[in-house]
Amino acid sequence: MLRSNGTMQVYLPIAEVSVNAFLLLGLGGIVGILSGMFGVGGGFLMTPLLFFIGIPPVVAVATEANQIVASSFSGVLAHFRRRTVDIKMGMVLQVGGLIGAALGVVVFNYLKSLGQVDLLVTLCYVVFLGVVGSLMFIESLNAIFKSKRQGSAPAPRRQRGWVHALPFKMRFRTSGLYISVIPPIMVGVCVGILAAIMGVGGGFIMVPAMIYILGMPTKVVVGTSLFQIILVTAFTTMLHATTNYTVDIVLAVLLLVGGVIGAQIGTRIGVYLKAEQLRILLSLMVILVCVKLGLDLLLMPDELYSLGAAGGH
Amino acid sequence: MIRSTILAATLMLLPLASLIAPAQAGEEEVVLGLSQDRVAITADFDGSEILIFGAVKRETPIPEGPPLEVIVAVSGPNSSVTVRRKAKRMGIWVNTDSVIVDSAPSFYAIATSAPFQDVITDTEDLRYRVSIARAIRSVGAAMNIQDAQNFADAVVRVRENEGLYSLRENTVAVDQQTLFRSAIDMPADLTEGKYSARIFLTRAGQVVSSFETDIDVRKVGLERFLYSLSREQPFLYGLMSLAIAIAAGWGASTAFSLLRNN
Repeated sequence: MLRSNGTMQVYLPIAEVSVNAFLLLGLGGIVGILSGMFGVGGGFLMTPLLFFIGIPPVVAVATEANQIVASSFSGVLAHFRRRTVDIKMGMVLQVGGLIGAALGVVVFNYLKSLGQVDLLVTLCYVVFLGVVGSLMFIESLNAIFKSKRQGSAPAPRRQRGWVHALPFKMRFRTSGLYISVIPPIMVGVCVGILAAIMGVGGGFIMVPAMIYILGMPTKVVVGTSLFQIILVTAFTTMLHATTNYTVDIVLAVLLLVGGVIGAQIGTRIGVYLKAEQLRILLSLMVILVCVKLGLDLLLMPDELYSLGAAGGH
Repeated sequence: MIRSTILAATLMLLPLASLIAPAQAGEEEVVLGLSQDRVAITADFDGSEILIFGAVKRETPIPEGPPLEVIVAVSGPNSSVTVRRKAKRMGIWVNTDSVIVDSAPSFYAIATSAPFQDVITDTEDLRYRVSIARAIRSVGAAMNIQDAQNFADAVVRVRENEGLYSLRENTVAVDQQTLFRSAIDMPADLTEGKYSARIFLTRAGQVVSSFETDIDVRKVGLERFLYSLSREQPFLYGLMSLAIAIAAGWGASTAFSLLRNN
C-alpha cells in the first residue's frame, strides 16, 4: 500500500483503506490527461492502477464504472451540441448492453464466491490490453512508415458481408444505415459484459466494432459510443452498489476531480503532438500495464495465501 | 497524525485476583486507565495511538520472588476468514485450495514487559488465549486439505505483514512493580467494531490477575453516513453516486465550454 508522509490521508469508507488524497487526484489527473490526449475513456488504465495502489479489485471495478458515467456524460454533451450522436443506434446497443451488464455481474458474483474473481479480472485485462496495445502499436508504426514513404494507397474497407444478410432490419437515419438489429445487440452484449467485469466503459472495443462490424460513419461513432456507455455503466454501478456494496463514492469523487482537470490539460497537449506518436506512446503504456499484470500471473507470488471474508457479505 | 482528544479514563476495580490465582501469595489487582475508550474513524483518519496505563492495587506488601510482569493485548472483532492458496495451473498462478478459519481477530496487538516466553507459561497462554497463534481458532478443515495449520499460519503472517497483528516485547514499562504503561498503535486501515483490551499481571509465568475493557472503534460523521447508506439503502446510495457523477460530468462540460468561449 502506498503511503506518503503528507497529511492528506483519506479513509475510504467502503474500501476501508486509507490512501493519500493527492495520489488519487494525481492518478485521476494523469489518466484524465491521457483520455483528453487520446480520446479514450481511460477506465482500462485506471482500474489496474487502482489495483496497484492497494484498492480491493471488487471496489476498484465498481467505483470505476461510476467514474466513467461522469467522464462519458461530460464528453457526450459536446457531441449532442454537434449532433453527432445516433440516438436510435445507441438505444439498440443499449438493449444489448443491459443484458450484457446483467450477465457480467452474475458471472462476477459467481466467481467472487469461488474466490476466482481477481483471476478473471486480471485475465480479461491481460488479454484485452495485450490485444489492443499490440494492434495499436503495429498500426501506428505502419502509419509512421507510410507517412515517411508517402506510398501505397489506403486499403479498402467496409465490405458488405454477413451483417447485411441477417433479419430484423431497421433504419438508422443519423448513421445512414439500414441493417439488422442483431449485430448491434451482440456488440452491446459483449461491451456490457466487459463493463461489468473489467470496470471499463468499453469504448476501446466499441469504437472499432462500430466502424468495422456495423459500418457506421466515423463522425457519429465516438458520440454514440459515449451515449451508450453512460447508461450501461450507470446500470453496472447500480448493480454493483445493490448486490456487492462496493461503490466507494469518496474514491469516485477524488478520481473525478483529478480526471476533469486532467482531461482539460490533455486536450490542449494533444493539439501540439503528432497523432501517430501519441498512439505509439499510448500503446507502449497499455502494453506495459499488460506485461505487469501478466507477470503477476506467471511468476510465483511472494505470498501464496490470501485472505477473504468467509461467505462474502 | 490525527489523534482524538477524548480523554475518557475508565477506572474500575475487579476483585478477581484471589479467584484466579489463589496459590499466589499477593492479592494483586489491576487498576486501569486508557487514554481513550473509543476510536473515531473520520475522513482523515490516519491511525491512532492508545495509551494504556494502570496500577497494581494490593493490600499486602510486594511479594517476594519473581518480579511482576504485565501483558497488554488489544484485539479487534473476530470473524471467520477464508484463506485461499495459489498453485500453478496451466502455467499461471490461481487460487486452488481454501480453508475457512472459524475465528480470527481483525486486529491483534500484544505488548509485554519482558520476552513473551518469560512472562507467561504455555499452559497459561493456552488457558487465556494470549499469544497471536492462540487468538485464532480453526476447528476443522475440509477432508481434502492435509496441512490446515499452514492456512492458520498464513492468517498470522499476512496480517503481521499488513501491520494488523503485532507482538512487541519489552514495550510495557513497569515501575516499582506497581505502575505500568504502554502504547498500542492502531493502523490507518482499521475495520470498525468492538475492540477489547486485556491486561494480565503475571509472576513466574502464572497469571495473578487479569482485567478486560472495551474500546469502541467506529466510523463517524461522513464516513458513518456513507457506509450505513451503502449497506442499508444500497439503491439510494447507487442513485446518489450516479447523481454526483452526472453533476460532475455536466459541471466539467459547462466549465470547458465557458473556458473555450473566453
